[in-house]
Amino acid sequence: MKMLKTLGLAVAGLAFIAGAALAAEEQKEAKDVSYSFEGPFGHFNKAQLQRGYKVYKEVCAACHAMKYVSFRNLDDEGGPGFSAEQVKALAATYTVQDGPGEDGEMFERPGIPSDRFPSPFPNEKAAANANGGAVPPDLSLITKAKAGWYGTIEQLIHGIGGPEYVYSVLTGYKEPPAELKAEQPEGKYYNPYFASGHWISMAPPLVDGQVTFDDGAPNTVADMSREVSAFLAWTAEPKLEERKSMGFATLIYLAVLALLLYLVKKKLWSRVH
Amino acid sequence: MSDHSHSRPKSALGRWFHERLPLSDLSGHMLDYPTPRNLNYWWTFGGILTLMLVLQIITGIVLAMHYTPHVDMAFASVEHIMRDVNYGWLLRYLHANGASMFFVAVYIHIFRGMYYGSYKAPREVLWMIGVLIYLVMMATAFMGYVLPWGQMSFWGAKVITNLFSAIPFFGEAITTWLWGGYAVENPTLNRFFSLHFLLPFVLAGLVVLHIWSLHVPGSNNPAGLTVRSGQDTLPFHPYFTMKDSFATVVFLMVLGAFVFFTPNYLGHAVNYQEADPLVTPAHIVPEWYYLPFYAILRAIPDKLGGVVAMFGSILILFVLPWLDTSRVRSGTYRPIFKQFFWVFVIVCIGLGYLGSKPPEGAYVIWARILTAYYFIHFLVILPLLGLLESPKPLPPSIAESVLAGKKPTVPAE
Repeated sequence: MKMLKTLGLAVAGLAFIAGAALAAEEQKEAKDVSYSFEGPFGHFNKAQLQRGYKVYKEVCAACHAMKYVSFRNLDDEGGPGFSAEQVKALAATYTVQDGPGEDGEMFERPGIPSDRFPSPFPNEKAAANANGGAVPPDLSLITKAKAGWYGTIEQLIHGIGGPEYVYSVLTGYKEPPAELKAEQPEGKYYNPYFASGHWISMAPPLVDGQVTFDDGAPNTVADMSREVSAFLAWTAEPKLEERKSMGFATLIYLAVLALLLYLVKKKLWSRVH
Repeated sequence: MSDHSHSRPKSALGRWFHERLPLSDLSGHMLDYPTPRNLNYWWTFGGILTLMLVLQIITGIVLAMHYTPHVDMAFASVEHIMRDVNYGWLLRYLHANGASMFFVAVYIHIFRGMYYGSYKAPREVLWMIGVLIYLVMMATAFMGYVLPWGQMSFWGAKVITNLFSAIPFFGEAITTWLWGGYAVENPTLNRFFSLHFLLPFVLAGLVVLHIWSLHVPGSNNPAGLTVRSGQDTLPFHPYFTMKDSFATVVFLMVLGAFVFFTPNYLGHAVNYQEADPLVTPAHIVPEWYYLPFYAILRAIPDKLGGVVAMFGSILILFVLPWLDTSRVRSGTYRPIFKQFFWVFVIVCIGLGYLGSKPPEGAYVIWARILTAYYFIHFLVILPLLGLLESPKPLPPSIAESVLAGKKPTVPAE
């Protein structure tokens, strides 16, 4: 009975946390993609992150900023695993504004690893102006800021589905259903996976074969979407691998400590009860 | 009680200090504190809560070294902590999930007190200080959630501070005063940061008073009986230090599971979007630990009424010791109270669920029913139960309640 009550309380407690999850209207549940970094044992796939980076660089970066990530992060432990030389060379392919110099003027120079990824637009107004009034969101945290599905238990088991959300939006463009066609706003596209209504301002960004991967991996829209969503999972949570491995060490340590304390407590109390 | 065997310093220097400040008397008192021998694991949450407060203060102080309380820089400084500060991600996840687990522990602690009648004479002051601690905790957590300056931080702050505008005559003025301007802006963030730093130390002070007022009458216990003899108690150390340590480590494992394996589960995804005063999120919901009160707030169709009901639902706890008319403390010996207690727990959880739902249709109807029940529980059921219910016979003593006829062994000194 006591056990049952405790169990009941635990289940009820979970339902209580329901506030963590709220369904957004009209958003179609994201397609389930299997990523290497899921679950307590998951790790990033370095080759996948490198391919994803290429998609980001050649396609997304034209409109989307990624202001919280620096070039140097690309050779961080637990990331895409570029070498320091590669990062240096890759940073140098970007032009970065710096200054003011001695003459008081801003100047441009090639990027160095400590630079953040440069934003495609100087400010939000410019971004909105160039994109039909909609500001392309910064992508650094997109996979943590958007949920692919909702539900207290669902999110506890499968996570919020952030990378899946990105994947589903990228692969989810469709002809609008006949009944909605009439109300299609100008310059908007139909995408049932998009979180804020069916109409998205971003034109379908990918076509099959658009990005050629250095390792010759397949490059359909689905492939590129999967690789770039994995890359964006890393940009949002770059310490994922460190976090999980420290988690195992910590929990094992605490479990052993708990066992020892339990035995001490039991021995101690056996004298008086 | 104790002969202060721990507290007489042996060295000359120790004696010199002891004559001027008898600190060791305090630690001696803590170690020898006679504790009812029948305490169960629900009683370990007091110690767990103390540890959580310390953990929150330590992680918080280090986070404050790297955080920037400015509307243009706060969000970025949190990302700086997550990405560039050594173990910054660990500190932040510990602090954010620590707040949630702090509330898990405090809710268990409060419901434990309710079930076993820990608020009854002579522990009314102890209970009231506890309610005050809970109130300050809520204020602290609310302001802490605003600091990352994400979308939910901003809109949550706006909704909650707007509640004060319901106050007749002075409402607008009070809201402006709270904001430090005419909207939730930089001055608001600055003062929330300042207060979020201050209040934990106020909490620490209140916790000292809470423990002091616990040590005057002594701990309540599952039988709800008053300690009558030395056979009823055991010294706090080593018996309860070891038991509490074990429970605390198990609790830390739960915290660790969240921190290391699903660190954002208890938060809101939309808070990883920087605050934007021009874009309202689809749903504005507070953190899970406020949801029952949020449901009560929205259950009342009138703004002022909702605010009064919400604050009333917490303030009513202050007078709980006088609303419960039963002389028997422990729910174990109150067969009908016990049923109502669990109904009350379910009602609170139900309110939490409703608080997470949009205020429309059946959700509102249920929120109203459960809100009414919440107050009926305190204002009607508890006063009447004490008069109508016939409690089960109480065991003669704490020792006998737990040893069931065995001869109590008193630990060798």
